[in-house]
Amino acid sequence: MSGILIKNGRVIDPANNIDANLDLHIVEGKIAQVGQNLVTENAETVDADGLLVTPGLIDIHVHLRDPGLEYKEDIVSGTQAAAAGGVTSLACMPNTQPIIDNLAICRYIISKAQEQGFANVFPIGSITKGLQGETLSEMGELKEGGCVGFSDDGLPVVSSELMRRGLEYADTFDAPIISHAEDLSLVGSGVMNEGPVATELGLKGIPWVAEDAMTARDIMLAEFTGGRLHMAHVSTRGSVELVRQAKARGVRVTCEATPHHFTLTDEAVHGYNTNAKMNPPLRSVADRDAVRAGLADGTIDAIATDHAPHHIDEKNVEFAMALNGIVGLETLLPLTLKLVEEAVIDLTQAIALMTCQPARIIGIERGTLGVGSVADIALIDPNLTWKLTPEKLHSKSKNTPFEGWNMKGAAMKTFLTGKVVYSR
Amino acid sequence: MNFPHRHVLGIKQFNAEELNFILDTAESFKEINTRKIKKVPTLRGRTIINLFFEASTRTRTSFEIAGKRLSADTVNISGSSSSVVKGETLEDTARNIEAMHPDIIVMRHGASGASDYLATRLDCAVVNAGDGTHEHPSQALLDALTIRQHKGEIAGLKVAIIGDITHSRVVRSNIDCLNKLGADVRICGPKTMLPPGLERLGCRLVSNLAEALTDADVVMMLRIQRERQGKTLIPSLREYSRYFGLNENNLKLAKPDAIVMHPGPMNRGVEISTAVADGSQNVILDQVENGVAVRMALLYLAAGGETQSED
Repeated sequence: MSGILIKNGRVIDPANNIDANLDLHIVEGKIAQVGQNLVTENAETVDADGLLVTPGLIDIHVHLRDPGLEYKEDIVSGTQAAAAGGVTSLACMPNTQPIIDNLAICRYIISKAQEQGFANVFPIGSITKGLQGETLSEMGELKEGGCVGFSDDGLPVVSSELMRRGLEYADTFDAPIISHAEDLSLVGSGVMNEGPVATELGLKGIPWVAEDAMTARDIMLAEFTGGRLHMAHVSTRGSVELVRQAKARGVRVTCEATPHHFTLTDEAVHGYNTNAKMNPPLRSVADRDAVRAGLADGTIDAIATDHAPHHIDEKNVEFAMALNGIVGLETLLPLTLKLVEEAVIDLTQAIALMTCQPARIIGIERGTLGVGSVADIALIDPNLTWKLTPEKLHSKSKNTPFEGWNMKGAAMKTFLTGKVVYSR
Repeated sequence: MNFPHRHVLGIKQFNAEELNFILDTAESFKEINTRKIKKVPTLRGRTIINLFFEASTRTRTSFEIAGKRLSADTVNISGSSSSVVKGETLEDTARNIEAMHPDIIVMRHGASGASDYLATRLDCAVVNAGDGTHEHPSQALLDALTIRQHKGEIAGLKVAIIGDITHSRVVRSNIDCLNKLGADVRICGPKTMLPPGLERLGCRLVSNLAEALTDADVVMMLRIQRERQGKTLIPSLREYSRYFGLNENNLKLAKPDAIVMHPGPMNRGVEISTAVADGSQNVILDQVENGVAVRMALLYLAAGGETQSED
């Protein structure tokens, strides 16, 4: 047997309850053996001494901008950024041009990613045709074509009746509905979190209740229909608590949080920093701490970046005019490891939040190092420190609020189906 | 046997013995419909009013022919020509009709419970020809007669009913009827078209069409209303057809001698492919034929059985 032998690393594989110094043998793109002191013939050896060996990370909330907005990002640059961040699988949101509401676009994305990409790409179809909030997309066909869930991300489904039918219809095909929870009438023309900072800066606020109210509605609809609901980017104390209570009642709900919401607060907007403008907005300290508590107690199932690349010209404008969103794929790992360093979560939890748990939400057979599974692997140096320089990001866009930060932890090698797609 | 019911409001009111009795009675009338002179004097001198508040071709014609072949005088009143459009209440309309002494009122109405409502207020017999999304007893009985004709015995058969369950009165009557006659009923449709508590009606919900069809003896497809496409219940007729439409391929999952039924009117290419609708397993026109015999039986029983010829 030939293949690749990853030796001397600390294997952390939460899906199989493994945290031990083990060798890992890859043959023909699959994990052939995991064990101590593996002896193989002719295998290429990779020394992982001092490194963590984990399943390739999974980010279930990414905007790849391809097709249609390739000046911000495309499938090649986006998956390069993913690989550099240790991410081997990502789910991309449907707000492309045209929208992912038909099989042709779904297939285009999957095949371009397979031919030219550096990570697995799983499309998320829109709940409603054209993101118009009027009629359901052909979810059966889209699911069969490879879509792993449905979302009108960026927009809420305003009609409660339509959201109800979306939950029912998606459940017919065993797919989750991913909710972007926002009561637009409460958001109004707000541009940042409503609170003292907004008042000081004279910017119009977005109240936390805009998120909480819609989260409550969607949870009730999930409870009523029995459909599967995933809450995207929870950012408020209230929405974390609503999910916690719903789970205790047995509602089929999961949720994700972004690194920026558990790292930053609305104080980052000072100086009218448009790279701190996103939706949902950065919130108060109490909200950030509630998100951290939700990660710690298991209420939050996944860490997802909401990677939202924008061109410099779309950010280099007045605050109110700037587009929402930041790039996240290349800062996911160090910001999550920072939570471990700050003793919010432990290392196994951190890896689970970026591997097997998100995999379960979108129902993909990834995020595990079990024998026989696809060899998507990240070799992580948890102690490597590096300074974030936007120009060095692999993403086409450089819109990050973490410019100049000293990061700790990085992917040293990323394997996709047993092949090295990134090496630091 | 003694038939202790004045009205025919729904399958709900009948037990298995009574259902079989109705089917046996219908069986005995079937032959009349194939004679050259298709008329018997059984209900001579009786008056039957077909009061149809909803458009219907098949059911109304079937009831009218049934009455005429039993020699009753049948009068048709349709919703659009009735005084309903002038603002009269259902009760007043019915009372005015009753004042003309009909023996039976056959009613089709858009409101669930309309025939029950009428039955408590009138002295003449009421036969429900479909009320809202509640019951359609004559349809369930003609379906049962058709199944019996092709399968001999209904007990033990696996029956798959597929489509828009929420908006179907046919399915409610059929589940009840088939259950009482001992069949195993499975239901399938998009979850947007499955009302809660279906299992309580006596059927099993299955998650997809393949599971519903596997080993079925009887496949009953329901009409999908075109006007529902592109609203919130289904994305498109195209996708509906793909996941819930019956075609030559998926029909192979059913038993080789399975029969295919449809209450009509069919949407060819949506819930049923033309090849299946016209294929050797279809019994759709037998259903229509049996409809006349079943309605003759219901009218005969609602009129109180054999009429004295002269008095």
